Amino acid sequence: MRTLLHMLRKEFLQLRRDPRIVQLILIGPIAQLLLFGYAINMDVNTVPVVVCDMDHSIESHDLIARFSNSGYFPIVGYVDKLSDVDPYIDRSKASLALIIPENFGRDIKRNASVPLPVIVDGSESNSASVGLNYAGAIIAGYSQNILVQNFSRRGFGGLHPIQVIPEVRVWYNPELKSRNFLVPGILGTLLLQATVLLTALAIVKEKESGTMEQLIVTPIKPYQIIIGKLAPFFIIGAIDIVLAIAGTTIVLGIPVRGSIWLLGGLSLLFIMTTLGLGLFVSTVSQTQQQAMMTTIFFLIMPMNFLSGFIFPIENMPKIIQYVTYLLPLRYFFEIIRDVFLRGVGFDVLWPQALALFIFGVCILTLASLRFRKKLA
Amino acid sequence: MISVHRIRPIIRKEFRQIMRDRRSLGVLLVVPAFMLIMFGYALNYDVQHIPLAVYDQDRSTMSREFIQQFIHSEYFDFAGSISSEQEIDTVIPSQKARVVVVIPPRFSEDLLANRSVSIQVLVDGANATTAATAAGYLVAMTQDYSTNISLQALQRFGMSKPTLPIDYRPRIWFNPELKSAKFMVPGLIGFILMMSTVVSTSLSIVREREKGTIEQISVSPIHPMELLVGKTMPYVLISLIATVLILITGYALFNVVVRGSMLLLFLETLIFTFCGLGLGMWVSTVANKQDEAFQLATLVSFLPTFMLSGFAFPIANMPKVIQWITFINPARYFLFILRSIILKGVGLSALWQETLFMTLFALGITAISWNKMRKSVFRV
Repeated sequence: MRTLLHMLRKEFLQLRRDPRIVQLILIGPIAQLLLFGYAINMDVNTVPVVVCDMDHSIESHDLIARFSNSGYFPIVGYVDKLSDVDPYIDRSKASLALIIPENFGRDIKRNASVPLPVIVDGSESNSASVGLNYAGAIIAGYSQNILVQNFSRRGFGGLHPIQVIPEVRVWYNPELKSRNFLVPGILGTLLLQATVLLTALAIVKEKESGTMEQLIVTPIKPYQIIIGKLAPFFIIGAIDIVLAIAGTTIVLGIPVRGSIWLLGGLSLLFIMTTLGLGLFVSTVSQTQQQAMMTTIFFLIMPMNFLSGFIFPIENMPKIIQYVTYLLPLRYFFEIIRDVFLRGVGFDVLWPQALALFIFGVCILTLASLRFRKKLA
Repeated sequence: MISVHRIRPIIRKEFRQIMRDRRSLGVLLVVPAFMLIMFGYALNYDVQHIPLAVYDQDRSTMSREFIQQFIHSEYFDFAGSISSEQEIDTVIPSQKARVVVVIPPRFSEDLLANRSVSIQVLVDGANATTAATAAGYLVAMTQDYSTNISLQALQRFGMSKPTLPIDYRPRIWFNPELKSAKFMVPGLIGFILMMSTVVSTSLSIVREREKGTIEQISVSPIHPMELLVGKTMPYVLISLIATVLILITGYALFNVVVRGSMLLLFLETLIFTFCGLGLGMWVSTVANKQDEAFQLATLVSFLPTFMLSGFAFPIANMPKVIQWITFINPARYFLFILRSIILKGVGLSALWQETLFMTLFALGITAISWNKMRKSVFRV
């Protein structure tokens, strides 16, 4: 026990003497949290429209008004010639072009099936598909109105356009703010980055400078070295959890529906898995550079991308979806979102917690075994 | 003064060092391929198969028809019928259904009597992007249904073969299948170029300093500029090869064709590579050790290129202050240029502003770093 305490003291001293590391641990995460927190936003709020009205009739103005009144399609420009549309789309000033042909107003009153071209910039597929759907709905609604009007002008009174009106109610996130979904996830990526990399580096550094061999010849047992190495980063992780949760909720104003304590507790469980991963990386790396490359490129990047931080897991091919079950970050993201947005409790989240626990125990055991073998 | 004869051996030495460090080389080559395949096949926002539950209080042929059109589309999957209001409160939280459509009891009666009907649609908005897309599909399909009902009503009123007066003809430019991979591939080039140039340049200089070999070089007749050119050239080359590889794989796997000029694409890539090299040099003047260099390099390359360039998150959505910050981010310009050239086939006349800003950044950062480097690294 006393040896362990000495080991711990040494580790904390070492950490305290490294001023840059503390900067990276505390200032780095806060800066990232703020940057991510303000920059992440994938809302499909509006689709800018350029209008090419070659008709200038009451009907064409009517249709344009329907677009601009929808709140979805701000009109960024009016042009008269078709060729003037291109620069808007090419320069990404407008994502949708509404082209109203000559004699549009006259022809639709004759029920002539007038073609109405709408150009959509498909490069940003997400907002393109939403824009396409809403534009289609606006035009179809208008078209239907004209049809019924034409019909009643011919003496058939009393018919109104029949509409099925969808009253859309959105749960959990009524304003559809993508921030509320994305920003809490930063907690996961921050913890992963901070703990895995620093743990791995701290151990490999000691290997590189040869002091690990000195530690081995002392009577300190391997498990004590492991605990001594991991403990400071566990505490740093815990500090980062508090900072990140406080930053997300207080500074960035993301509402939390569930219990912060539950989130904090499960975050500690998550750190257990990341410390295990850090230890594991240190056993497969000889130099600091290798440790960094391995951590960043083989752990952090794939995990961030495949765990549903930004790209939904349910959109992935089935095989990759199965692979994601092996990533602890996946479970942690589910936990974060369920607590933040859906406000659920441990009764719902226990499977994720169990998965984290099992992963943590496995990776810590595996890494410790490898570590001891390397020492021996 | 600067001689190619002295640069060549440095390049050779640097290449040898790269070749010996198998893992780093692997990272430079494998990571781009991995990311490309991930972005092509796994990572997308293409929303499909959203589980949809139905609370049909009408249970008529019409209501069933109305529901069928959703379920038969590729966007929604049937996730079960619900028979009470309370059940809605369980299917959404348990995520069995993301969308619930509630059809009122007199749905068909009202429609057949030519009256409009409101239906309730509940959407799980936790993932706002998916929810917005799902709502868009729902609105469009419901409108289609309304139009059909109106046409049928007109027929009942005696109009033969009523047709809609407007023929909506959407044309999707640049990416007709609306695959997000097409948007991602150009972004990926910028991302990978930035990462590899900044990280490898800074590490290769700092490593040399950490080991003290830079002092040996500074007492040799090699001019600092020669050393710098010699050390960075291999990475320029590797980056350009990586770009070509990404373009080839992008074409082979996802049919991403470069519509614009290849020469322009090459030149822009070269300018961007110099931005990355300049940043890498700057990092090497600030960081003393390899781990610091690595952390700083990933910080200045990864974060701005991923977060502040429009790679995944539209710049227009960001708060104004952050939008201003993106103006000093070369990746912002490069991604715009890449997408314009690759997807839209736009020429230099439309891109000169971005090109100018990127060139200014490349010159500025190289000048600043070179000055700092002369003082701190070579102590000239």
